[in-house]
Amino acid sequence: MESNHQWPTWEVFTQKKQGAPHEHAGSVHAPDGEIALLNARDVYSRRQEGVNIWVVPSDAIIASSPEDAGAFFDPANDKMYRSPNFFKTADGLKQI
Amino acid sequence: MRRLVVTIILAKLIRPVIPMDINVKMDDLSEKENAFNDSIQAGKVIEPKDWMPEKYRKQLLRMMSQHAHSEVVGMLPEGNWISRAPSLARKAILIAKVQDEAGHGLYIYSAAETLGMDRSEMIDQLLSGKAKYSSIFNYPTLTWADIGAIGWLVDGAAIVNQTVLAKCSYGPYSRAMLRICREENFHNKQGYQILAYLMRGTQEQKDMAQDAMNRWWWPALMMFGPSDKESPNSADLLKWKVKLFTNDDLRQRFIDRTVEQAQAIGLKIPDDKLKWNEETRHYDFGEINWDEFFQVINGNGPCNKLRLKQRNDAHANGQWVRDAAKAYAAKKKVN
Repeated sequence: MESNHQWPTWEVFTQKKQGAPHEHAGSVHAPDGEIALLNARDVYSRRQEGVNIWVVPSDAIIASSPEDAGAFFDPANDKMYRSPNFFKTADGLKQI
Repeated sequence: MRRLVVTIILAKLIRPVIPMDINVKMDDLSEKENAFNDSIQAGKVIEPKDWMPEKYRKQLLRMMSQHAHSEVVGMLPEGNWISRAPSLARKAILIAKVQDEAGHGLYIYSAAETLGMDRSEMIDQLLSGKAKYSSIFNYPTLTWADIGAIGWLVDGAAIVNQTVLAKCSYGPYSRAMLRICREENFHNKQGYQILAYLMRGTQEQKDMAQDAMNRWWWPALMMFGPSDKESPNSADLLKWKVKLFTNDDLRQRFIDRTVEQAQAIGLKIPDDKLKWNEETRHYDFGEINWDEFFQVINGNGPCNKLRLKQRNDAHANGQWVRDAAKAYAAKKKVN
């Protein structure tokens, strides 16, 4: 059997409605971007789940590694003052 | 492969490279496995790049590829009735349903590929007959009422299974299940409606619906698999939260919710022992014919050979489409 379905994979991102962020939906196989878009529409948006689709070659995505998550995200660990909850102010105020 | 390379390069930038698993001592490995088990108990969702025991990966791959194959083979018994659907509306609905099954197969193949096996390899295993798929699709669709029974009973049983799988510990599988469950309810309802309409029709139509019920009820119950006492993989799968309930629990859940639906349209469930049990708050039911189940699983069902041939033919008949797409992509690259 020849390997006819060894087209590259494309990651699919769909936008649910205008103004919303694109979200990862899954992947498709396709010989090029144009067909990847058509496949993505047929696989991930048969019920108007999207108003816009991105397809990205899977190997173009560079992801951080879960094992290194601790060290990688470390710079944010000791800066709790970036959250408004860090600041205790007067009680009983409606705002601030 | 490229994805893996990227990860390794990235890891090198951040800290010295640690030896691969091959060099890790057994103690370290079981320690890793314990930590993995604990994180699952604590409700962690596993993602493709997380460390996982080889057995977890293998079991998931086995389950997910079988599940994807079932969606794909599931198109065959229903496709059998597209050209003979009784109205244009029914035909359009059935085409949409069959197209959904193709989509479901693709979601799950896509999720399974994150475990490191190419879809082409999974498909080759299906076409060569090496891989298993749900036994239910080795039964024939003899009348139009069978299309109703498949949507209502077969997809109904699948919904019970998949609703639970949507909460399983592997992220890509669980997300594919969420998407599938949303669409599966349409399958379930359209099937039930087909039978409901037949049950309001002539005596002949009613008989046809009841006949479909009689033939699909027991195979639908078998879809949940053998009792857990005889299901070799259950313990591991439960521990890893790939399964959250036993086969018997899910079967019971399906029966409890389906009996009323049958009664509401006047269909009789072909089981003399079926009875509401006030004490357990569940329906008691008769003995399942597990001999039949194992016969069908082992290739001796009514349509095993036919399904494999149909699937291989469909694949071969699609060759020109794949060739054309490839040629078109190549031509555009040159221009």
